[in-house]
Amino acid sequence: MVASSAVLNRNPAVRTPSAKTAARRRAFFTDLVGMSPTLALYGAFIIVPTVFAVFLSFTHWNVDGPIKWAGFANWSRFFSDPVSYHSLLVTLELAGFSWLAQTPVAMALGIFIAGTQRYRAVYATLYLLPLLLSTAGLSLMWEDVLFPQYGGLAWLGRHLHMAFLSRTWLGSPNLALYTIVVIIAWQFVPFHTLIFQAGRRAIPAELYDAASVDGASVRQSFWHVTLPQLRYSIVTSSTLVLVGSLTYFDIIYILTQGGPGDSTRVLAMDMYNVGFNQTEFGYASAIATVLGVIGIVLAVLLVRLSGFGSMEGTQEGIW
Amino acid sequence: MVATLTKAPRRAATRPRVPTKAGARASTLGGIRGRSKASRLGAFVLGTIWLVFVLAPIYYMVLISFRSPAQYLTANAWLPTGGLTLSSYSSVFDSSGIGTYFRNSAELAVGTIIVVVLLSLAAGYRIVRRGSRFSAVSFRVILFGIAIPIQAIVIPLYFMTNKMHIYDTMFGLILVLAASLIPVAVLLMVNYLRLIPRQLYDAMAVDGAGPWGIFTHLVIPMARPVMAVISVYSGLGAWNNFLLPLILTQSNSNTVLPLGMYKFASSDQYALNVPVVMATVVLSVLPLLFLYLGLRRQFVKGIGGFALR
Repeated sequence: MVASSAVLNRNPAVRTPSAKTAARRRAFFTDLVGMSPTLALYGAFIIVPTVFAVFLSFTHWNVDGPIKWAGFANWSRFFSDPVSYHSLLVTLELAGFSWLAQTPVAMALGIFIAGTQRYRAVYATLYLLPLLLSTAGLSLMWEDVLFPQYGGLAWLGRHLHMAFLSRTWLGSPNLALYTIVVIIAWQFVPFHTLIFQAGRRAIPAELYDAASVDGASVRQSFWHVTLPQLRYSIVTSSTLVLVGSLTYFDIIYILTQGGPGDSTRVLAMDMYNVGFNQTEFGYASAIATVLGVIGIVLAVLLVRLSGFGSMEGTQEGIW
Repeated sequence: MVATLTKAPRRAATRPRVPTKAGARASTLGGIRGRSKASRLGAFVLGTIWLVFVLAPIYYMVLISFRSPAQYLTANAWLPTGGLTLSSYSSVFDSSGIGTYFRNSAELAVGTIIVVVLLSLAAGYRIVRRGSRFSAVSFRVILFGIAIPIQAIVIPLYFMTNKMHIYDTMFGLILVLAASLIPVAVLLMVNYLRLIPRQLYDAMAVDGAGPWGIFTHLVIPMARPVMAVISVYSGLGAWNNFLLPLILTQSNSNTVLPLGMYKFASSDQYALNVPVVMATVVLSVLPLLFLYLGLRRQFVKGIGGFALR
């Protein structure tokens, strides 16, 4: 319907059925030429591997030998394996704590830098600096800040007599996960701040004017105007925090390799170990499939919760 | 009502130069006016605390990068007293490898940018023109890719690149990285190209321009701003990516900067030489820092692309 009217509009002179089919065929051919390179690259390196990963999760394979059909063996192993179960727990913990650490802070900061004062624009520019560092770079930076003996924090602890600062932040099973949560927050809060800044800027001033005419206090206008108006930003940012931390890998690989013990071994780390260190690629693919399903389910939820076109909405906010 | 009208121009005049759409700008920030001094002070204090948290580790890193290994162990960790030196930087430049890592990262970034921008231009153009159902269906399939976490497909990617003989090559890395960035790039492109009025296409068609003529003379010139944004998005993605180079490359001659820094920091030679590691990280950020200061708007939008990832 839309397509045919577009064809007609483009060339109003075309009326006869055969000319119409010819025009449609031409349009299809042009589309084919324009889309093929993108589809080929995307199909070869995203779609095919996705299907392949699901397939591998039903096989046993250790690179050297042939791929052997395994039925549901990997899957029943995944659901009964205490190691994977623990990884799943750590993953959920990381996601939950990341959400608690990132979303409220990002919202507060986003509202803050949406303000008018000049100094806030300067702050906003500086807040984005962590986004320029590569994950590898900022991991190495934090590793040295937190280094038990000579690191910056330990130095402060020694010289200011604040012993609680000189801990083995990444080396103790009780602390490592929380330390990782803080580092991830350092890396990603700036980004979520942008989402909330855009969201806050999009709230019509009239709503605040109306609220203040009605005698609303600052706190009341936050609860009854700002917060409800930011709901899409909250959904978007929360989903991104959750997807991001459920599949998180880089910082953990660089800083702890899942340790000490298994205290920071998240699913993505587990998958890497099982696959690339123990060469059990079938089982690793089952773990990878779980990661993929988590990502897809949350993305679909994001679209549903924030209404259709939320993807565009997200982007429009930042635009 | 009257109050709103009289106050509106003043508000507009005091607004800082912020990079938002004109429409959004016209409708913002009403509530700030009503805020008490106390809450403004509170915002300032909390905002400053976060600023310190953001800047402290960066400052620490920069400071340490100007220490010698001996000074690192003895001098004040947070104040630039006790002597600074450029020796770490000269060791970075003297060491083999780091130059290669930089070159590889630059190659990867440029290659990825070119592939992603060209492909998303061509695809975005066809999707927006809605010539046939084919492009509409393709768009849906491509959007689905936004939901697939790259971590979930690294095992197949590892084997496929091996089978295709592009494992451990810059070429293979560029292809895979570009593919992973394509869905968001196409979405950014489509959303931007939708803003081109239909009449412009029609006018060109009436003048006898074919699809290719429209593409080169209308779409590409109009798309320049979004091309810049997609370049930043894919350039950042390429420059900072760790996982794909870790999985898809192996030899030292194909190591990119993030992976190289990690190898460097965990090598026997430098594991304990913290200042040299910090200097490497500082050097790796410098190109991006200059770009950020020069192209702040494009950067913020490009970073926004990661919201969709």
